[in-house]
Amino acid sequence: MDALILSRLQFAVATYFHFLFVPLTLGLSILIAIMETQYVRTGLEDYKRMAKFWGKLFVINFAVGVVTGITLEFQFGTNWSRYSKYVGDIFGSLLAIEATVAFFLESTFIGVWIFGWKKLSPKAHAVCIWLVAAASNISAYWILVANSWMQHPVGYVIRNGRAELSDFWAVVTQPYAILMFLHVLSGAYILAGFFVMGISAYHILRGNELPFFKRSFRIAATFSVIFSLSAMLIGDFQGKEMMKSQPAKAAAAESVWESTKGAPMYLFVIPDEANERNKVEILGIPKLLSWVALGDADGLYRGLKEWPKEDRPPVAITFWSFRLMVGLGMLFALLGIIAWLKRKSPENSPWLLKILIYCIPLPYLAASLGWTVTEVGRQPWIVYGIMKTADAASPVSASQVGVSLLAFAVVYTVLGIVCFYLITKNARKGPKPLSSITQ
Amino acid sequence: MLETIWFLLWGILWAVYFMLDGFDLGLGTLSPFIASNENDKRVIYNSMGPFWDANEVWLITAGGVTFAAFPTTYAVMFSALYTPLLLLLFALIIRAVALEFRGKVESAFSKKIWDACLFLGSFVPALLLGVAFANIFEGIPIDGEGIFHGNLFTLLNPYGLLGGLLFVLLFLVHGSLWLAIKADGALETRAMKAASGIWWVLLVVAVVFLVATWFATNLYSNYIGSPLLLLIPLVTVLALLAVRLFIYQTAPWKAWFASSLTIVGATLFGVVGLYPNLLPSSLNPEYSLTIFNSSSSPLTLKIMLVVALTFVPIVIAYQIWSYYVFRDKVTNEDLASEEAY
Repeated sequence: MDALILSRLQFAVATYFHFLFVPLTLGLSILIAIMETQYVRTGLEDYKRMAKFWGKLFVINFAVGVVTGITLEFQFGTNWSRYSKYVGDIFGSLLAIEATVAFFLESTFIGVWIFGWKKLSPKAHAVCIWLVAAASNISAYWILVANSWMQHPVGYVIRNGRAELSDFWAVVTQPYAILMFLHVLSGAYILAGFFVMGISAYHILRGNELPFFKRSFRIAATFSVIFSLSAMLIGDFQGKEMMKSQPAKAAAAESVWESTKGAPMYLFVIPDEANERNKVEILGIPKLLSWVALGDADGLYRGLKEWPKEDRPPVAITFWSFRLMVGLGMLFALLGIIAWLKRKSPENSPWLLKILIYCIPLPYLAASLGWTVTEVGRQPWIVYGIMKTADAASPVSASQVGVSLLAFAVVYTVLGIVCFYLITKNARKGPKPLSSITQ
Repeated sequence: MLETIWFLLWGILWAVYFMLDGFDLGLGTLSPFIASNENDKRVIYNSMGPFWDANEVWLITAGGVTFAAFPTTYAVMFSALYTPLLLLLFALIIRAVALEFRGKVESAFSKKIWDACLFLGSFVPALLLGVAFANIFEGIPIDGEGIFHGNLFTLLNPYGLLGGLLFVLLFLVHGSLWLAIKADGALETRAMKAASGIWWVLLVVAVVFLVATWFATNLYSNYIGSPLLLLIPLVTVLALLAVRLFIYQTAPWKAWFASSLTIVGATLFGVVGLYPNLLPSSLNPEYSLTIFNSSSSPLTLKIMLVVALTFVPIVIAYQIWSYYVFRDKVTNEDLASEEAY
């Protein structure tokens, strides 16, 4: 294997792994902030215990999220130096702004929050976790603006043999970025909601600390229902945006080969990439795809054959990831609604609680699938229409990258296991009994 | 002009990173040798607890600013230093999880593993950062295409290793002084003693480094050109001597500030000497990356400057506040709390 493939693999490993930790940080920080605000408002000790218990899980997750994030920043330089040189004027500045505006805020106040329970007034302490939540969400905005620019470059000129910024405002406000930001946030909030619901369900089923976990469940259920519905709505807007900005990705996501007016949507499809067709297409609903994707039932849906083979993304991976993500999204909405309806006395629906425990990993899966659609669907481009992935790698040797990839595999596996172990251990253990805290 | 401003900001970011994370890295390196029991270890971990993460962000920002302001340098530097940078990365990863996870495991064996991770995760970055900067000062074998003609061992040359040693010693003194500030009783005394002993070694290595710099690099040419700049190394040397004085007076805070000034001064001494180069080529000076041939467009530099001048003062303000909140020694009550490391 050459350095390019190895670098791509390494980036995939680093990104998937990093994004296992990010969404929980984004969502759980807000849930904890809500809990602690309730504590400040009501003075009810249980809310403080909730902030502490969920906070402990948050901190374990946060640590791994931070360190795996640095990997990504480094890799643009170590493995993708030609890319960095070509687009650094725009892409690099977005990363630097992210660090300046968000990372400092996040890291400083998480430290104060963890260690400051007795040093600050309850109000000031609650402000700290709100700042952490705000900062992590702001950092998501900047990194997604950067990613959106790779998907749909705007506000640039090609000058001096590279892409240079010409319109900063266009870069940071383009609809692609705003929609992606809202979608990623919704997904992250769903994940955090299901995380809290699932762990609460585990304890409610066992009758542990009922008021504590019912309160947690209730907040999380409300959160989950709002954002699973918003994710679908935003997803719809995003689909329409993708039709305009990345039509080849859209065609791959739906596995449409021939350009069709009034394209139908098939409920079940098996793509056949080698023969440029679908092996199976059944249960078609006429004109639905054109209507959903274009807002016009008779609109022209561009098929993959419009692009030369070398300019098409891998179809099967993009298609299956997209289908599965959408399916999971619908499942989250359904479960979110049910959980919300039962939020007042979830202990009466043990079947729901059991399902919710097993659903904890699903939003993680959905998030990874979403990134697969986004990133694989952009291929063969690293910056859509401007630079191909194949032209972007560093002039480093395959053996160097091979060794580092192996090291990543080992370190990340160990890290993943340890983190999973610590989170499940602490989640199972439940909160500290009331008496030990008030001492 | 913009390029020069960004070059200075770039240097300052690195200097602040070394000043802040320097004490974490030094203390982590020192920890196996100075802690005599579990309580000592926990004091060490908790003395870094509220700070290390925000300290590390200065590194992320320094990296990000290299990318944003000097993308060509970022591209060449990071790909040329591929192996050391990934080693640095892995080291920082295990340090972070050691800090965060040690307090959450019970068995003595697990704690030992995390202690080893803290040591490696502190020593290796301190060493590698020193090696990297010394190599940047003397230049690395890059050609006109920015392709690196060497390997890890090219970087581990005598001057590079001397730079690594200098960084480790600077950070060890800095970390010992931090521990003297945060610890109590016997541990505080031992920390002060360690700072005092290591200081002499640091002094010798610093002198050797300054002499070797004359022969191995072109750093002094800027100083010969504008002798006023010699104030920087002069202040640095005075700060280093002040560290000695304050150790003698058993004034750890003052000694720590003097040590901070030493680290900032040492970094700026190198950076100012480097100007206008960012990454000199040892093959041919024409291949060197300078602020002129590797910087971003004026528009990007301007926007970044507005962002930096707006947010960095705010960052500094709340970071100082966080140090103020946790200015006291680590107490037994702190160690007893549920959140403590």
